[in-house]
Amino acid sequence: MAEPAILSPSQEASVRSLALGDADKSLLRFLTCGSVDDGKSTLIGRLLFDSKRLFEDQIATLEKDSRKFGTVGDDMDLALLVDGLEAEREQGITIDVAYRFFATEKRKFIVADTPGHEQYTRNMATGASTADLAVLLIDARKGILSQTRRHATIASLLGIRHVVLAINKIDLVNYDRSVFDSIVAAFDADAGHYGFATRVAIPISARYGDNVSRHSEHMPWYRGPTLIEHLENVELSSGAAATRPLRFPVQWVNRPDLTFRGYAGTLAAGTVRPGDEVVVARSGQAARVERIVTHDGDLAEASAEDAVTLTLDREIDLSRGDILVPSGARPDVSDQFAAHLIWMAEEPMLPGRPYLMKIGTRTVGAAVTELKHRVEMDTLKPLAAKTLSLNDIGFANFSLAEPIAFDPYDDVRTTGAFILVDRFTNQTVAAGMIRFGLRRATNIHRQALTIDKAARSGAKAQKPAILWFTGLSGAGKSTIANLVEQKLHLAGRHTYLLDGDNVRHGLNRDLGFTDADRVENIRRVAETAKLFVDAGLIVLASFISPFRSERQLARDLVEPGEFVEIFVDTPLSVAEARDPKGLYRKAREGKIVNFTGIDSPYEAPESAELRLEAGSASAEDLADRVIDYLASNGFIPR
Amino acid sequence: MTSQLKPHLRRLEAEAIFIMREVVANFANPVMLYSIGKDSSVMLHLAMKAFYPAKPPFSLLHIDTTWKFREMIAFRDETVRRLGLNLTVHTNLEGKASGINPFDHGSSNYTQVMKTEALKQALDAGGYDAAFGGARRDEEKSRAKERVFSFRTTSHGWDPKNQRPELWSLYNTRIGTGETIRVFPLSNWTELDIWEYILAEQIPIVPLYLSEARPVVERGGQLIMADDERMRLKPGETPVKRRVRFRTLGCYPLTAAVESDATTIEDIVEEMLLATTSERQGRLIDHDESGSMEKKKREGYF
Ligand SMILES: Nc1nc2c(ncn2[C@@H]2O[C@H](COP(=O)(O)OP(=O)(O)OP(=O)(O)O)[C@@H](O)[C@H]2O)c(=O)[nH]1
Ligand SMILES: [Mg+2]
Repeated sequence: MAEPAILSPSQEASVRSLALGDADKSLLRFLTCGSVDDGKSTLIGRLLFDSKRLFEDQIATLEKDSRKFGTVGDDMDLALLVDGLEAEREQGITIDVAYRFFATEKRKFIVADTPGHEQYTRNMATGASTADLAVLLIDARKGILSQTRRHATIASLLGIRHVVLAINKIDLVNYDRSVFDSIVAAFDADAGHYGFATRVAIPISARYGDNVSRHSEHMPWYRGPTLIEHLENVELSSGAAATRPLRFPVQWVNRPDLTFRGYAGTLAAGTVRPGDEVVVARSGQAARVERIVTHDGDLAEASAEDAVTLTLDREIDLSRGDILVPSGARPDVSDQFAAHLIWMAEEPMLPGRPYLMKIGTRTVGAAVTELKHRVEMDTLKPLAAKTLSLNDIGFANFSLAEPIAFDPYDDVRTTGAFILVDRFTNQTVAAGMIRFGLRRATNIHRQALTIDKAARSGAKAQKPAILWFTGLSGAGKSTIANLVEQKLHLAGRHTYLLDGDNVRHGLNRDLGFTDADRVENIRRVAETAKLFVDAGLIVLASFISPFRSERQLARDLVEPGEFVEIFVDTPLSVAEARDPKGLYRKAREGKIVNFTGIDSPYEAPESAELRLEAGSASAEDLADRVIDYLASNGFIPR
Repeated sequence: MTSQLKPHLRRLEAEAIFIMREVVANFANPVMLYSIGKDSSVMLHLAMKAFYPAKPPFSLLHIDTTWKFREMIAFRDETVRRLGLNLTVHTNLEGKASGINPFDHGSSNYTQVMKTEALKQALDAGGYDAAFGGARRDEEKSRAKERVFSFRTTSHGWDPKNQRPELWSLYNTRIGTGETIRVFPLSNWTELDIWEYILAEQIPIVPLYLSEARPVVERGGQLIMADDERMRLKPGETPVKRRVRFRTLGCYPLTAAVESDATTIEDIVEEMLLATTSERQGRLIDHDESGSMEKKKREGYF
């Protein structure tokens, strides 16, 4: 049972002045990380316990929980103070990050206790993204593991400059100095990969409290600070963002009535004063700041992290997602950049696949154009790779649907960090840190052409379109597409047919059937189809195209209404029974891998323009349905 | 005045304002859960700041179990009038008609029907896609695990084992039809921060937070106030006046008072610094079992 914090009258008086007076403690945000079971949660529990801010009812609950779920016999299992989810208590592991708050005489702390389990690495990244310091735990018996390296890498990529190596469970190695020294040496051998500004190593026992908040009598050989002493005193370079040039991402346009138009947002960097000249980063349009409006009255100045509302001296085109900057210190504006990526989804990252990118207050379409490398966690070496899987860290080039303004992450976090969101599941699939822009997109102007799509298709008396036939192998896509083309041709329409098998003999000869290659296959076909649409043709594309995302990509390339998705819906059993090319048989025998419907998924369209139930009707009838659709939707004359 | 706030309160304030604006910019039909307590008072105050000079562009929603302290209801109506806001009050009428009450039906049953079910009914009826709540991570250990933008399924369930990663302040606001997000702008505030902020900003609060002589009975070591004639007294129980206050407010038969002489906010802050029990100690519904908050949240509770 812990002693409740009972203070003497004089202490009470000082508590009162501390809480109510001007004395303000600085705030340190840190996380605990490291491999599974290294003692992170126990350490946080220990810090909370030692800070004497645990309440009696919380301690009573802890004692009860320890009897029920504890991993340490009759003792109190301090990890149960933070492992708050039922599943965590039952399994004795941390699944998701817990945020806890405590204070000492000198500082306030917000600590994120993160899971060591590799499966939940994304939750560690969540906790690390807002931390200033990382306490990296290492089980003295196990030393540095690949997950230790992964966490150190993520912490450093996310810009954490300070690391504490907490060599834990030192009680289980007889408080042996040589164990401590060799682990520290092993970490330092890798330190160049991480580039932390400070690295302090402390031998601790989270369970018994040695060198956590009291110096240990078991380790006279250790003369450095306790963990708490270090956390209280470590110097942080806070406020750095305020000294950089202004970055004001517009979050929301405030227009309560016709007399007021304000731009609400939080300064990502720099300071702003009334009278300052600012420009919209993307367009270069300039204006002067008139007022800095807040509920507490207008301000003479606002700086990084302040949430304010600006008014300008003139009307310019400015909305959510734009960034106001000084005209003399503008960010990069480009639709291409290179960034580090932490992949956080079960679904692998596929180059070419379109994702939604949220950066600051802006959301744009984005795809990886080239994966430069993946970091191999056992050696920390960059390796060539085609995809990223769950918890992989990579470096990649990105291409965006339109140019955006950004800074390198290490210069300004808010304008250099992004997440990727899957367009269909809405899951957050990755976190990214921009390193550098790849070129000034503004330097590449599109050639304006005099003869345009309208002119070309008008001459053919038709509306150009992509008829995209998707479905299983053997569903009948090519047969139907062929018939449709014949009918169109007879009617004098101008067409072109792109067929999966044929394209793979030429344009896409270099591609195989992995998920990554399938995505690239469809991307090239879609771009080609787009050129033909531009030429005024009705393009028939017949591809299994099993993934929704790539069909969406093809759809997004052309104008609304120009993409007609035709789902040739044949049950797997029917297609397999037909097996015109004998492929299903080979796939079943394991001679072909990644075969759609067998060991690779087919994601059926959810809102195709046309669905052809190809198991029941004849190909001839189905082709007529396509023609009907084109006629009734104005693609061809009736 | 903002400039006089301690730096860490200023930072918390700015963070909450950012979160609120992010919701308004991304959701079609947000709503703010207003529970009349100290956290709701702070949240509402922040909303007034976030959209100034506009009014908060969403309405308030109160789930009224009909068992709230009378002073809470009076304060609620006065606040809404003072700030000129829209308030929707919802009660689970079926629950009320079948006489569900905190005396006969056990606190967890009662909470399920009159709070959780009522909340789901109100959210469905309003077609809200985002709902603000004033919960803080320091309140309880499963709250400590929850995201600021916390995804809810079409049936309002929370899946704690499968939360979306949430890095920096890049909140993923994308949802499918029928899905919703609960948003917690006060996630990183502690109970002490709340009181210090109330003090610094002079935010009005329900007087029940301050000490006064009130009629209470002692039950299982807890002090329960007899707020109206519906209070069921057990044989031998007679309410006696004691100087008490509340650290947290809810339904009066389920909310325990603490003996206290704190009559000002300064006194409360001081008392807090010396407290040896947590605020949840006074919430009887949280005592059912140690994992009960998580269970309730998975079922759709705030
Ligand atoms: N002997 C000893 N045991 C410890 C020490 N620190 C932690 N443990 C034990 O190690 C086990 C795992 O501790 P946790 O705190 O749950 O480990 P963790 O790093 O939080 O684990 P995950 O979050 O699941 O990755 C528990 O049984 C602890 O009691 C220590 O310093 N000495
Ligand atoms: Mg843990």
